[in-house]
Amino acid sequence: MALTEALEETARHAAPDDAAPDAAPDQAPATPLLRVKGVTKMYGGRIGCAAVSFDLWPGEVLGIVGESGSGKSTLLGCLSGQLRPDAGEVIFDTSAQGPVDTLKLAEPQRRLLARTDWAFVHQNPRDGLRMGVSAGGNVGERLMATGARHYGRIRASAEDWLGRVEIDPTRIDDRPRQFSGGMQQRLQIARNLVSGPRLVFMDEPTGGLDVSVQARLLDLLRGLVRDMGLSAVLVTHDLAVVRLLADRLMVMKGGRVVEAGLTDQVLDDPQHAYTQLLVSSVLQV
Amino acid sequence: MYVAVKGGERAIDAAHSWLDRARRGPAEQPVLDTAQIRDQMSLAVARVMAEGSLYDPDLAALAIKQARGDLIEAIFLIRAYRTTLPRFGASRPVKTGAMRIARRISATFKDVPGGQILGPTFDYTHRLLDFRLLADGALPATDPAEACETLPEPAPRILSFLDRDGMIETAEPDQAEPADLTREPMELPAERALRLQALARGDEGFLLGLAYSTQRGYARNHAFVGELRIGTVPVEMEIPELGFSIEIGEIELTECETVNQFKGSRTEPAQFTRGYGLTFGQTERKALSMALVDRALRWEELGEDGQGAPAQDQEFVLSHCDNIQATGFLEHIKLPHYVDFQAELELVRRLRDGSAGQEDAA
Amino acid sequence: MTDQAYNFAYLDEDTKRMIRRAILKAIAIPGYQVPFASREMPMPYGWGTGGVQVTAATLVPEDVLKVIDQGADDTTNAVSIRKFFQRTAGVATTERTRDATVIQTRHRIPETPLTEDQILVYQVPIPEPMRFLEPRETETRRIHALADYGLMQVRLYEDIARHGEIATSYAYPVEVAGRYVMDPSPIPKFDNPKLDDCPAIQLFGAGREQRIHAVPPYTRIRSLDFEDHPFIASKADHACALCGSRKSYLDEVITDDAGGRMFVCSDTDFCAENAKGDA
Repeated sequence: MALTEALEETARHAAPDDAAPDAAPDQAPATPLLRVKGVTKMYGGRIGCAAVSFDLWPGEVLGIVGESGSGKSTLLGCLSGQLRPDAGEVIFDTSAQGPVDTLKLAEPQRRLLARTDWAFVHQNPRDGLRMGVSAGGNVGERLMATGARHYGRIRASAEDWLGRVEIDPTRIDDRPRQFSGGMQQRLQIARNLVSGPRLVFMDEPTGGLDVSVQARLLDLLRGLVRDMGLSAVLVTHDLAVVRLLADRLMVMKGGRVVEAGLTDQVLDDPQHAYTQLLVSSVLQV
Repeated sequence: MYVAVKGGERAIDAAHSWLDRARRGPAEQPVLDTAQIRDQMSLAVARVMAEGSLYDPDLAALAIKQARGDLIEAIFLIRAYRTTLPRFGASRPVKTGAMRIARRISATFKDVPGGQILGPTFDYTHRLLDFRLLADGALPATDPAEACETLPEPAPRILSFLDRDGMIETAEPDQAEPADLTREPMELPAERALRLQALARGDEGFLLGLAYSTQRGYARNHAFVGELRIGTVPVEMEIPELGFSIEIGEIELTECETVNQFKGSRTEPAQFTRGYGLTFGQTERKALSMALVDRALRWEELGEDGQGAPAQDQEFVLSHCDNIQATGFLEHIKLPHYVDFQAELELVRRLRDGSAGQEDAA
Repeated sequence: MTDQAYNFAYLDEDTKRMIRRAILKAIAIPGYQVPFASREMPMPYGWGTGGVQVTAATLVPEDVLKVIDQGADDTTNAVSIRKFFQRTAGVATTERTRDATVIQTRHRIPETPLTEDQILVYQVPIPEPMRFLEPRETETRRIHALADYGLMQVRLYEDIARHGEIATSYAYPVEVAGRYVMDPSPIPKFDNPKLDDCPAIQLFGAGREQRIHAVPPYTRIRSLDFEDHPFIASKADHACALCGSRKSYLDEVITDDAGGRMFVCSDTDFCAENAKGDA
């Protein structure tokens, strides 16, 4: 109960500014925002992901790359509470309670976390949006789910956020079906960020979009991550995306992390044979 | 002056007596005897017993007569009667393996110990109207059951041959007391025993449609009829005072066991899987449908992919297969809804006024 | 005339005990839907089997029963249910709200204020307020367990965005005692304020869906809304053509082929009393 209240407290005070200390190395905070230890998930006899550990610091974007079947989406599912890992810890630094293993949280607390401090951007906007609900309703849902009951203010927030993701606010009453793929994805981002989350999980956020649309979305995401000081875990197979967005990089193969480091370092000077293959197989960015 | 609609009571009484007359038909015709319905409309009786969940051919025949041949109405009468009956206890599980067989076929093996017995089936008839039936009711020349020199022996279950070789998943006897969905509210997700109970009472047409949909690719499970058997089994009941069980009667059952697509992996050897159907009376379309739907509902425990097919969705299937629930709720829309409709009427008027005002303003 | 072939009020005592347990649990957890093993009744599902079972489990021989449908005592289904209890329980029946100890209703709350000595039994078709937003029982159960009602508010938001107001005119969702969101059965939203702080026990029976929920006496019932779009209980803006009341819920009656119409009280007992000047 105390934790639930604490999380609600967090939600109220999670203004972008105090949630995101500057990531400059000389001011590094003492605790990581997310500490992942030995996360393992098996599918019968097959490895989903095995013994994955890392720390994510406030304001940092971690990219996870690998080909399909490498375990990156399984890992993201385990971190975000959508899958239940067989072993490991996923410790999140709540503002009131400090670090808490989210895998041990009760369902109500995990759900509360998922609609306040956390956000999840799906590859397919259909998975992250309510397609039968207007753009304004989609953006407003997280606010209403945490107690907002003033129609005018909810609508004003929704309009503000549509503007921030470059959707014409006069389209607030249109349904996502009437939007292009790129607009749907930007709407999904607005729907997630409206509650001021501190940690965003992204699963191939630019997948399935045209190249020019991808570029615009990446630009927007980069701006939002910087302005809001967001921390993010970003899964993609597209090295161009991590080059642009991620501070650090993990390379996965067969469910295991084969290489990790600063993004530029890993991409420009890959050490592991698989990473070398991955880097050489795509056009340079 | 207008007086609020009165006289519901008189109208109901008049409707009921009209119904009685309509049921009886013209007075110059002989009245239909329930024994005739029981013995000459026996498949209708079987369906009413199966979906009414009450094995009593005489009451089922009465219900069919009273319902003017509307089988769902007849099932309803049986259900409403059944619910008032006291429960003395539960019988011992019937042994369908020891069934006295009237019909037994397998689509998986040409020849099986115990033989294939067609029994009284429409399967190979030509569906031509037999106009002789308009004229007389003469008995066929011979009674094939008497013509049969020896009564069929209890036949081994055909799936047991596959079982012995490990070719099919083992069906371990479950000692747990199954829940009774007529006495306890259904809890979802439901265990297989409870699902089978619901399917056994479920509407034949609904289950037929679902089973058919699996055959057409909505969660296809490649069913072979391993064995379909119809016959009678004794019902035994444990009498606590006696300390042993005694036979209290005999019922006719249809049992269908299907052999379905195999599962397996690099570590587990391939094995066929099972679907199961068991119903009162000679109701083989229902038992077959039940087996296919049972198998489709088992996708999760067998580690298959959910395809989002209706037959895989146990909430969808179990919440909608009962025709008494369905018909009641469907037909209740005939009841007055004046109050709600009035509320909607006013809302729509208000909304229309509002939008008309906006148009004017624009 | 009581039919001796059946137990008092039709159901056997074991079944009544089971239903009473569900009722007690429902009263203890206001607004929570308690599963119960609904029996097949001799009337169809959807025609009041839930209400009839709750009434049967509630009735005692001294009770005076009133049955209404659409507010009226003489609508066909009300007649049929009243007859059923006359036959199986032999209890006294009445059309006067103030004389009744148990009132079974479909779609209305009587206009005459209820008292502590009364039980109001509602017939409920779909007890789950979230059902048309989320068809799955397993999911709606989780929504209630976690009080995760954002989706319901989204629905109301959508109404306002689309129509300028909350376009739900009956079965209007309410919050019970600050916890569970409840469907008050398809009563017009005009009746919602009567749910709040009501001295009578309110029991809701859904037979086909096998659920009972309840509102204990003097419970806070809040109709869901927005601060800047508050709930309004509305009705046709007319007076009753029979008794002249301006405060009762009205039925619209088509009087001729030329589109002529009049408005009369849906609560026939209230209308008759009011016309006499007793109400």
